[in-house]
Amino acid sequence: MHYLLANPSSVLVLTWQHLRIVGTAVFLALLIGIPTGVAITRVRWLAAPVLATAGVLYTIPSLALFAVLIPLTGLGERPAIVAVLVYSLLVIIRNTVAGIDAVEPSIREAAHGMGMTPWQRLRLVEIPLGLPVILAGIRVATVAGIGIATIAAYVGAGGLGVLIFDGIRTLNLDTVVAGALSASALALAADWAFVQLESHARRDRSRGVS
Amino acid sequence: MSGTSWDFVGYIRAHPVHFLHLLGQHVELTVVSVALATALSLPLAIVASRWERFAKVATWLAGLGQTVPSLALLAFMLPFLGIGFRPSVAALAIRAVLPIFLNAYVGIRTASPAALEAARGMGASDAQRLWLVELPLASPVIMAGIQTATVQNVGIAAIAAFIGGGGLGDLILQGLQMLDPSVLLAGAVPVAMLAVAADLLLGRIRRLVVPTGLQARSG
Repeated sequence: MHYLLANPSSVLVLTWQHLRIVGTAVFLALLIGIPTGVAITRVRWLAAPVLATAGVLYTIPSLALFAVLIPLTGLGERPAIVAVLVYSLLVIIRNTVAGIDAVEPSIREAAHGMGMTPWQRLRLVEIPLGLPVILAGIRVATVAGIGIATIAAYVGAGGLGVLIFDGIRTLNLDTVVAGALSASALALAADWAFVQLESHARRDRSRGVS
Repeated sequence: MSGTSWDFVGYIRAHPVHFLHLLGQHVELTVVSVALATALSLPLAIVASRWERFAKVATWLAGLGQTVPSLALLAFMLPFLGIGFRPSVAALAIRAVLPIFLNAYVGIRTASPAALEAARGMGASDAQRLWLVELPLASPVIMAGIQTATVQNVGIAAIAAFIGGGGLGDLILQGLQMLDPSVLLAGAVPVAMLAVAADLLLGRIRRLVVPTGLQARSG
């Protein structure tokens, strides 16, 4: 705790580095994952191979993934961003598919009957109705990403894990606990924020507002 | 890193005793932590299935243990348990509670009301209902939770090397320090394979333990 009180500015810098890694990776995962998820709901035979590939990638432990990435990406932020991106993809693709699939057929039919084009149906009906499930995926991806980014400090990515590793190296428990506390606080805060967003999206949905 | 060897199989062949020792530690970390978490979670889930207030608090606490970054959880053990095997197992066990507890709780809660009614009609006591109806009916879901926790812990056990927990993570760290891909992959590839193998093995066991009554129904 002493460390946190004595070094507020360095903790802020590390928090910012941490968020930048996770933010970049999850943003890229959304750019790739949501269109892929939508494509899967349109072209069914894609589902099995895409989800199986993502599933195998997800089973690879994060430290092992870093180990494999470093020869390709070098040290620093890049292996961290790629690793978080890889893990986020599975969750985001899976939840996009699940969210859209959960839209009731009768609603889909009504949209069709109103003369909506497939694009309009996606934008005005399926995505808004699937939003809580898609958001849940983004939440899981972000929280897991914050955890993976903590470990990435070991390969030179920066972020709050730096405090944990510095503390272990110098046998300074105060620094270790400061790092563990701030990384945990960041993960819990992100989780909480997304839970609020999800329940907001659910409320909107039940009121019929998109 | 150019010019260095990628031949991790060669590295393992050259250091079989060391490799098997670390592999054994890795399996031990995983198995002991999952066993501890199971022993802790099942009674908690049974209590939770009968006491809703407790269920809420326990779910929240287990969720907390799961949301905290695994490296942070390992780091939190240092002031209390120091470094080595014990703090690693403790952190891994905390991490495994959520999937096992939640699955067991949901499994017991969703045991078919008709089956429970029938058990009561046959004059089963509360304990008999739990042991003969609810737990067997919930067993596939409970096993699924243990499966998830085990696969997850194989991965987190690799990180335990940071606090001296041993296991295959040692080779990954050594490889990172020496910037030697062959050492790094000698740890990383077996960890990934161990995770996939644990998933397949426990998936098979899960299908074996399903009570015959449920097997017939699910085909």
